[in-house]
Amino acid sequence: MNKEKLNRIGVIPALGLVVLLFIGCATEDTQTVVNFTTQITMQDEFDVDGAPNGNIWGFDIGTGENGWGNNELQYYTDREQNVKVENGVLVITAQREDFEGSAFTSARLLTQDRFEQAFGRFEARIRLPFGQGMWPAFWMLGADIDENPWPAAGEIDIMEYRGQDPNVLIGSVHGPGYSGGDAISKVFVLENDRFDTGFHVFGIEWGPDEVNFYVDDVLYNQITREDVTGPWVFDKPFFILMNLAVGGTFVGPPNAETVFPQSMLVDYVRVYENTNLNRN
Amino acid sequence: MRKDRYTILGSILLGCLFIIMVSCEREPTENVEFAEFPPNGDVFIDAFSAGLDFFPFVDAGADPMAFSVVTDEVFSGETAMRFDVPAFGNGFVGATFNTTAARNLTGFDALTFYARASQAASIDAIGFGISGETNNRFQVTLNGLGVSTRWEKYVIPIPDASKLIGETGLFWLAEGASFEGDEGGYSLFFDEVRFERLGTVAQPMPAIFDGQEVTEQTFTGSNLTVTGLTQTFNLASGDNLTVTAAPAYFDFFSSDLGVAIVSELGEISVVGEGTAQISAQLAGVAATGSLELVSGGGLLPAPTPTLPQANVSSIFSDAYTNATESNFTPGFGGSTTETTMTSANGDAVLSYANNNFTGILFENTVDGSDRTFLHVDVFVQDPGAQFEIQIRDVGANQMLETDVNTGLPSGDDRDFRFTVNGLTVGQWTSFDIPLNGDIANQKNNLGALILVGGPNFLLDNIYFFTE
Repeated sequence: MNKEKLNRIGVIPALGLVVLLFIGCATEDTQTVVNFTTQITMQDEFDVDGAPNGNIWGFDIGTGENGWGNNELQYYTDREQNVKVENGVLVITAQREDFEGSAFTSARLLTQDRFEQAFGRFEARIRLPFGQGMWPAFWMLGADIDENPWPAAGEIDIMEYRGQDPNVLIGSVHGPGYSGGDAISKVFVLENDRFDTGFHVFGIEWGPDEVNFYVDDVLYNQITREDVTGPWVFDKPFFILMNLAVGGTFVGPPNAETVFPQSMLVDYVRVYENTNLNRN
Repeated sequence: MRKDRYTILGSILLGCLFIIMVSCEREPTENVEFAEFPPNGDVFIDAFSAGLDFFPFVDAGADPMAFSVVTDEVFSGETAMRFDVPAFGNGFVGATFNTTAARNLTGFDALTFYARASQAASIDAIGFGISGETNNRFQVTLNGLGVSTRWEKYVIPIPDASKLIGETGLFWLAEGASFEGDEGGYSLFFDEVRFERLGTVAQPMPAIFDGQEVTEQTFTGSNLTVTGLTQTFNLASGDNLTVTAAPAYFDFFSSDLGVAIVSELGEISVVGEGTAQISAQLAGVAATGSLELVSGGGLLPAPTPTLPQANVSSIFSDAYTNATESNFTPGFGGSTTETTMTSANGDAVLSYANNNFTGILFENTVDGSDRTFLHVDVFVQDPGAQFEIQIRDVGANQMLETDVNTGLPSGDDRDFRFTVNGLTVGQWTSFDIPLNGDIANQKNNLGALILVGGPNFLLDNIYFFTE
């Protein structure tokens, strides 16, 4: 998987989005956080200490190609120093250590070949780390990525965050013609709070024609077929990834003040299907 | 500063404290609501906020006329605060803005303001918590705040807001050209000065001893102070910001109360032999940095002098009769020195703490014509400690005469200066200082020893001698 998540400056001007949001809210009853009858299809509450549940989660190991396509600095492992379940949360820890030629280690979990689903509500409750060079993400890739390489397979970033912007969340979609720096993206600024001091719910509600992005109880973006500057590829199963990258093009390298080790804490991951939609 | 106000308020506060302590005798009912000071965070929005007044640091040389309220340079509203920073050599601007009635600031996490300068500048010190009646108990200082020529918002975080239940010192600053070439002769503007709850002041990283792990050899009876007290927060900008925080924000701990105890103001007293770790927390967060005290018990005495009395003109030694009595606490203006007499196994020694300059003034001059050396034994606890001894001959008029600008002897005074360094921590080092230089041929009216720097050292067996 060589995905280029380069500098994403494809941010729709905030004012335009506010307008969009208001119009959306005024005209569509469906624009609420829970907008359909749901049935849970996957959940991991991380209640059993030890390694993450192997029926749900696999791991990417190593440095990928060219730092997972982004010049990331960490070596991903499945060691407990980098990933474990403890006290009811999944702990993904970035360490500063010399390991297999890399200066940092961390972990990346994925549900590929274990859990894949089209449409529904995907959410996780996460507390993020902070500091220059920390790049946590909760995201999805098209399950056909092996046959249909990125960006054609599609990517939905439910949560991305730069440690140096502790109150800024980024939600995006990537597809053919709108990937990397040209992704369809929006930032959300948490007012009078930050993402590294408490848990927040990051989620999407995904239907055949749109992806709604929300944080906690705030719907902050909707991306529809009309918004993407290429084919709509979000009509097939995707799998989930969670990782804590260190450095890379998107965030820049850590600096002397960046605290290590630091962890991304995940309280739960839950996926629902729309009983009206998914079972048709 | 108008100290009368502070005093009155202080006694009111004391009264409150008494009432609360009395009421502790019985459990208050659930209906009791304790009186609180108003939670007003405004300092200067468009005028002085309720009860706020201006107290320039006049005693320290600040120009009280350098501050004004202006209407032509504002960020928002009608007025802003203006400070005119003088050029080098013409003093500085410095003032605190205090309220007559205390404020409850526990609901805020930072002092914020908008500021600009007529030229890019770095403000020497700015913060809050200057308060006469509490001896600046909760002072916060941000040093070297860079201010540009555009209006921008600045944040000074509160180390632990839960401590600020009744604060009067809402804003202070001191800025001046501290050297030729430092910026001066410009104006600083402040607007919308207020305490706020930003919600983005996070990830506290307190430190003592500037985050260093320090080890010191010491002895029973020593007094030391926790230094390098800072609180660092990560702000919404992603930047870490460090302020100097007063000791009262911290909780200090000693790992062995039989070796050392530490007060709430960070004053350490060594009370026994052994090893104790001094550490701290701020609002429940462990501070980086610590002090390991290794106390050898009682201070070992300095080497016992062996010269016969006839060869010696003694100033301070249990081994000899004094040649003259001396004044060990001359109280020079501007001196920060604390001088105490302490004991090393029954042998009296002189202890100097926080010395910038002080002296030993002989009540009668000593005729050193036949003497060739000054002997002194020195004990230090701080690595790198060094100081200067200036052996002064006060001349025929027998008066100490010093040029106040240069510190050099004037009139018929002469001196010889010797730097005491190369000391080994935790043991006595003996020095025999030749009576050379300007006093080689004028030492019949030896009148004083001037001690400069250190800042902490012990002295014993101070005498002039002939081999």
